Amino acid sequence: MASIDLKGVRKVYPGNVTAIHSVDLSIEDGELVVLVGPSGCGKSTLLRMIAGLETITDGTISIGADVVNNKEPAERDIAMVFQNYALYPHMSVRQNLEYGLKNRGTPREEIDRRVAEAARVLEIAPFLDRKPRQLSGGQRQRVAMGRAIVRQPKAFLFDEPLSNLDAKLRGQMRIEIRRLQRSLKTTSVYVTHDQLEAMTLADRLVVMNGGRIEQVGKPIELYDRPASLFVAGFIGSPPMNLLPVETLAAVAGATMPTLTPGADIVGIRPDQVVLGGGDGIALSGTVELIEPVGGESHLYVRVEGIEQALILVQQGRANVGEAERIDFVLPIQALHGFNRESGRRVE
Amino acid sequence: MVENRPWLTFLTHFVLILGVIIVVFPVYIAVIAATHGPTALSSGMMPMLPGAELWNNVVQVWTEDRRGVAPFWLMAWNSLWMAIIITVGKIAISIISAYAIVYFRFPGRVLAFWLIFITLMLPVEVRIIPTFAVVANLGMLNSYVGLTLPLIASATATFLFRQFFMTIPDELMEAARVDGAGPIKFFRDILLPLSRTNIAALCVILFIYGWMQYLWPMLVTTDPKYYTLMMGVKRMAAVADADPQWNIIMAAVVMAMLPPVLIVIFMQRLFVKGLVETEK
Repeated sequence: MASIDLKGVRKVYPGNVTAIHSVDLSIEDGELVVLVGPSGCGKSTLLRMIAGLETITDGTISIGADVVNNKEPAERDIAMVFQNYALYPHMSVRQNLEYGLKNRGTPREEIDRRVAEAARVLEIAPFLDRKPRQLSGGQRQRVAMGRAIVRQPKAFLFDEPLSNLDAKLRGQMRIEIRRLQRSLKTTSVYVTHDQLEAMTLADRLVVMNGGRIEQVGKPIELYDRPASLFVAGFIGSPPMNLLPVETLAAVAGATMPTLTPGADIVGIRPDQVVLGGGDGIALSGTVELIEPVGGESHLYVRVEGIEQALILVQQGRANVGEAERIDFVLPIQALHGFNRESGRRVE
Repeated sequence: MVENRPWLTFLTHFVLILGVIIVVFPVYIAVIAATHGPTALSSGMMPMLPGAELWNNVVQVWTEDRRGVAPFWLMAWNSLWMAIIITVGKIAISIISAYAIVYFRFPGRVLAFWLIFITLMLPVEVRIIPTFAVVANLGMLNSYVGLTLPLIASATATFLFRQFFMTIPDELMEAARVDGAGPIKFFRDILLPLSRTNIAALCVILFIYGWMQYLWPMLVTTDPKYYTLMMGVKRMAAVADADPQWNIIMAAVVMAMLPPVLIVIFMQRLFVKGLVETEK
């Protein structure tokens, strides 16, 4: 177990394509950090640089006290779980788990003990003698995790490990990874493009965009106080409503408050909008579409004068129908101000 | 194609059967000829039914010494050696070169691949004179090295392994690196076992290729000690001042045919699997 420190890490591919622009990040011992962002944001590249599968153009990566820039993946004492599991197809599950330990010259009894322990924890004991192709996706995923935990490495690196599973299994495995990581207390870096997975798993969340870190923080902090327009739009489902101040002012009339100077985009979470009356910016519009999700309903409301439809979340069942008019209020304390030019939050 | 047209079925079968007859008939003649005595064939009337002399002919082939021809067992031994060395050598060299081309970045990698690929288009016969000159200057005439070495590089096998390696996901190599397997271990523990069916299929093809070599052994061997079956059988027919003993020659031909036939029969399943299946 160890902390992981990234200082001024850059990655430039041949042809002068910069994948990572100077990233600084410290991951504490035992922490689960999730790197999240749209595809092509550099999150996988960053993970692979920590793993040693990609070279580092600039900066340093240290695991524990050692700078690992020039070390082979095996010397970094990390374990990785791949998106397509990358199990060795010709080896049984047991051989898959043992392979890394054997290569390190672990004594036989120790290997057997660790494999048995991992099989018990992951409930894969019944399949130990099967080949990977005889297993279902979820079972393969467990084996891939087993291969990581038998090694008892300094850190786990997860590269979108759940994206090949169906939605239900993904939810289950998510909980299991969380539980496992909590009990093993191994420093973990987890890459995903799924913001729900990111929110629910992370001790700390790192939102990346275009090879840069947009914001680092606890998931709820990021949700409550997104530091940039990008984070505001990326974290949260349904996404935050982002409205230009001038159009909002034109529609809101007298109820429009004075905002912090510099804020020219206003954001509000769909679940913060209050239906009916109250304090704040009073608006009214036509319900275009209702998405009943079960416990809550998502209302897409068209307000005259505003180009995009606003998304509102109503708890329980919707008490309006499509094409009906509703009144609602954007409470002032729930508003987030952003500057369009810099893309950053304005307090 | 669920149509049921009797005449079409008849026509297709007729064409197929005709094709089989055309292909099989000469082989049938050879087998029949091997079962008759010396007089039956030289009389001018080719018998169409098997005779009773097969055993005698076979014994004669194995025991009798003929002038200008090495003993049959020695030629069979030479052919076997040649085929085995070529098979093993070709597979070993091509799998290693494919490994280098697919998994390592080195200057001239693409050039190396294209050079190998281009030789695919050149059959041995095209470069046979320069090759012969090289082998002769190196003093490798009349040796197993001379028989096999010039034939041992295989563009086809390299290409086949390259294509197979490219279907193996990169993550497998990365997982092995994380698991502490270096290039040699990865090759031995993961690539080789995964290539098993491909290797088996190539064994079949290459063994037959080596066994069937005719032109090359004829050029590089003048010492009967190194004669192979394919050229030896031909030499048996070239006797001066007498009729060739066709019954004996045909018995030798049938026996020379056996190893490839047996290999195809017994390795057929592996062979098809190796070429068709992409097990990952």
